[in-house]
Amino acid sequence: METVTLTIKNQPGLYLEADTITPDAFAGKKAEEIVDLPVYVGREQHRLGDFFDVSGKAGATPAETKIVVGGDLSRVKRIGQQMTGGEIVVNSNTDMYVGAWMQGGKITVNGNVDAFAGTGMKGGEITVTGNAGNYLGAAYRGDWRGMAGGKISVAGNAGSDLGTFMNGGEIVVGGDVDVHVATHAEGGKIVIKGNAKSRLGGQMVEGEIYVFGNIDVMMPGFAYREDVDIEVNGTKGRFALYEGDLGERHRKRKGQKIYGKLYQLVKA
Amino acid sequence: MTKTVTDVICPFCGTLCDDLEVVVSDDNKQLLEVYNACAIGAEKFLHSQAKDRITRPRMRQEDGSWKEISYDEAIEYTAKMLADAKKPLMYGWSSTNCEAQSVGSEIGEAVGAVMDNTATVCHGTSLIAVQDIGIPSCTLGEVKNRADRILFWGCNPAHAHPRHMSRYSIFPRGFFTGKGHASRKVIVVDPRPTDTASIADVHLQIEQGRDYELLDALRVAFKGEKLPDVVAGIPKAKIYEVAETLKSGRFAIIFFGMGVTQSIGKNHNIDAAIAVTRDLNEYTKAAIMPMRGHYNVTGSGQVWGWLFGFPYAVDLSRGFARYNPGETTSNDLLRRDEVDAVFVLGSDPGAHFPFSSVKKIYDLPSVAIDPHETPTTEVCKVHVPVAFVGVEIGGCAYRMDNVPIETRKVVDAPEGMMTDEEFLTHVLARVKELKGV
Repeated sequence: METVTLTIKNQPGLYLEADTITPDAFAGKKAEEIVDLPVYVGREQHRLGDFFDVSGKAGATPAETKIVVGGDLSRVKRIGQQMTGGEIVVNSNTDMYVGAWMQGGKITVNGNVDAFAGTGMKGGEITVTGNAGNYLGAAYRGDWRGMAGGKISVAGNAGSDLGTFMNGGEIVVGGDVDVHVATHAEGGKIVIKGNAKSRLGGQMVEGEIYVFGNIDVMMPGFAYREDVDIEVNGTKGRFALYEGDLGERHRKRKGQKIYGKLYQLVKA
Repeated sequence: MTKTVTDVICPFCGTLCDDLEVVVSDDNKQLLEVYNACAIGAEKFLHSQAKDRITRPRMRQEDGSWKEISYDEAIEYTAKMLADAKKPLMYGWSSTNCEAQSVGSEIGEAVGAVMDNTATVCHGTSLIAVQDIGIPSCTLGEVKNRADRILFWGCNPAHAHPRHMSRYSIFPRGFFTGKGHASRKVIVVDPRPTDTASIADVHLQIEQGRDYELLDALRVAFKGEKLPDVVAGIPKAKIYEVAETLKSGRFAIIFFGMGVTQSIGKNHNIDAAIAVTRDLNEYTKAAIMPMRGHYNVTGSGQVWGWLFGFPYAVDLSRGFARYNPGETTSNDLLRRDEVDAVFVLGSDPGAHFPFSSVKKIYDLPSVAIDPHETPTTEVCKVHVPVAFVGVEIGGCAYRMDNVPIETRKVVDAPEGMMTDEEFLTHVLARVKELKGV
């Protein structure tokens, strides 16, 4: 695997839209070609090299390309957007749309990400060592097909609207989450190791939510069924199983209605 | 001598009343009296006659004082500001006609602006919900003639849309609602005992910020499933009762306002309310309608809908339309320093945006186009006063139920004043010159 190293040298006046920072755009290019890739500040088009020092070279295919991005990237949007393979390591906080519509490969952010990370994700892996903003792994506006596959892990907290319209894949949040988790979900798995506030599984059709901490307010559409002993991401324990959202439509399988499942760890 | 103009449209709120009578002087120079309007609507007409009205553009001086400038100078400043900016914000658009909105959209496209309207702090969240799950709606005429179950959720028309209840929702005697008020059951959901709640048959005094839960509980109740004992501060027996009341009607209508669109959950509250409406259609006829505020905020959504495909928060900076509230909405752009110039027309962000956003407007090159002196004109570099749409110039406006109504001119604007559309047309021409297109 070949490595390209990007270091930000000029901060954009507004925000930098850098959806070309992907193994797909870099593959098969040398550093002197990569600096010519387009990036945008508002309506102005610039070269990637206007903002970044670029060294190393990319592999022949996206899968053979690794990108390491350094410097303060808190005003850079869309890193790893629509990538299909390879690897990106971001050594900074970064802005919106990290790994949005991602199909494969791996992104590691050593810092925080802002909103819309993993929007409409189909595959691959996103790991965030800090916190994530709102709409982590959610659907794009108006799309009823949200996250379909892949895995997102956030060590810290996540914001609101986690996994909206989720269809598949997995999201693991190490810390706490804000309101609205798995709204409209029709599949997928969300694990919250900290506390949740309210509106978990609202309008949920199918899918699974696991909460290790407290839930401030349970949705009225979720009914307690039974306690179950299961293992979730390495944690064995007794979980209270709730099913819902009772107000929402549900499919039947073998004559039985299939509900969304919400498991909450029972405190000893 | 005077004359009376009848069937005048009121350019204040989204109810767009069309039965006003206005007395004007024979020479069309003075507007003297307004009949049939609510207090707010009448004041809007009468305010056009204010003796201290600003009639020429003004530019802010170094020492903070205003200096009168010509319309040509204002056009030059505006066109240059927009053409120079990398990402200007063009906000407002809700208190003007569709014709002006259309010209403004052309400017936005030419300069790569972000176009946003007042829905961004109002019913924009409703529009997100509509995108997510659709909307079964109707016209206000249908409400008047058919609706016998009226639900006001998080809105207070007694004060915000004063004639809504008498013209459409509670009191009028319609074709199938001949007994007026007596033929309707009114339910109000509001954490506060409002004046609207005081005339309701049922007031659900919901716990603040628990609308989503109560809406979900109604859906559970429709399906006959079990509920917890208390949801959002409302006992379950009451919820089953209200669910039954709604199901037993011939036509149910849900009106909703800021209480749900801008409290916690925002679009999800509306999403759930639309789902309630959809569920109700299993048992009876039901519709839902946002209580739109500005008289033509609905129109700006319509105009951008057909021009760009999105009703608000449209980012044209890359030469094609993008939309994502949370990123391309005015307050997010301002607070995150994502825009470098601000153009405001037909709205007052100075009064309604958070202080942190208003401060950014103050720091940036900025123009406000508004007939009135407002908190926004106070923080902008240039203020361009214009004729009142619906009073001094006509034009198309959309009522809250998406019915287009042609507003009327009833009186002349002060000598030499431009309309929104005229001013924008000049700016567009100048922008095209500067851009060489």
